[in-house]
Amino acid sequence: MAGADLILHPEEYERIREVMARLRSECNAKMVFLIDKNGQQICAQGETDAIDTTALASLAAGNVAATDSLARLIGEKEFSILFHEGERDNLHISVVAGRVILVVIFDERSSLGLVRLRVKRGSTDLRTVLETVWSRSAAPRKAAAGGSPFGEITDEDIDRLFSD
Amino acid sequence: MTFINYAAREINCKLVYYGPGLGGKTTNIKFVYEKTNPTSKGKLISLATETDRTLFFDFLPLDLGEIRGFRTRFHLYTVPGQVFYDASRKLILKGVDGVVFVADSQAARMDANLESLKNLELNLKEQGYDIKTIPYVLQFNKRDLPTSTPFEEMKRRLHFKGEPIFEAIANKGTGVFETLKMIAKMVLLELRKGK
Repeated sequence: MAGADLILHPEEYERIREVMARLRSECNAKMVFLIDKNGQQICAQGETDAIDTTALASLAAGNVAATDSLARLIGEKEFSILFHEGERDNLHISVVAGRVILVVIFDERSSLGLVRLRVKRGSTDLRTVLETVWSRSAAPRKAAAGGSPFGEITDEDIDRLFSD
Repeated sequence: MTFINYAAREINCKLVYYGPGLGGKTTNIKFVYEKTNPTSKGKLISLATETDRTLFFDFLPLDLGEIRGFRTRFHLYTVPGQVFYDASRKLILKGVDGVVFVADSQAARMDANLESLKNLELNLKEQGYDIKTIPYVLQFNKRDLPTSTPFEEMKRRLHFKGEPIFEAIANKGTGVFETLKMIAKMVLLELRKGK
């Protein structure tokens, strides 16, 4: 099977949330998102109520995946930053530690220069936490704190999901 | 690659509908979208051409409810079926937990089915997966067409590892939820095994 599952525990989630909240504040951004390269949202901070965050995660991952392939096609290793400029809002996308995607949405209250600067520092902090997440994810499931609840899933549990 | 979030108490799994062009992958997902309770689904995203051919992918997030106190979310993706979109197909298979192969039952499409199946095997391998071990369901779509290949013949050509087979007429919804339920179940059982 390719790659271990990604398992996020509350303590690491809290650390990620703190870094993301600080990043958002330092960037003066509307929203910041952390997304895994397969399109799963890990953390979102900011004015996220007005936006479909699940769709954003999937599309951002698709965008990064396509851009990575384009880079390789022309002999580049990667394009480390994507920037989309809109009339009101702008989208800054970068890859952290080669495995997760950091999206910053900002408007005229911020600037590209500020976002780039803060993202650089935020990425270093995120990398530190994420390395713990990945090493815990790669460890045998039963070694995780509190054990895995999934070993106990019964056929009835699964059937109940489809009872409606 | 299942994403288990203990903080949010969520399990997120990725399912991919694969198969030849115009075989009914998007139709499967559209039917699921139309018949699912609005509170259980997100927006259906289709990155399609002007003629409704899938260009990059379709995406539908589904919330199936709780299992052992965890919200169970499935992200359904389709790939573009047309042969020349292979680069896009590879990207969409990244992190996949389960695959539905939507085969077109029309006799004239048998070669396209076989080519697509071979392509799936190769692309999975490139991502580090083995088609023989990944949760996998086979769907024979368009069973209502007069030109459809007999079931036994379809099975002989496309069935290769004892995977469940469903006969479907996706545009009428026949077999669509049965297929989805089976692949979701297989993925969750895989989770139980702890891989």
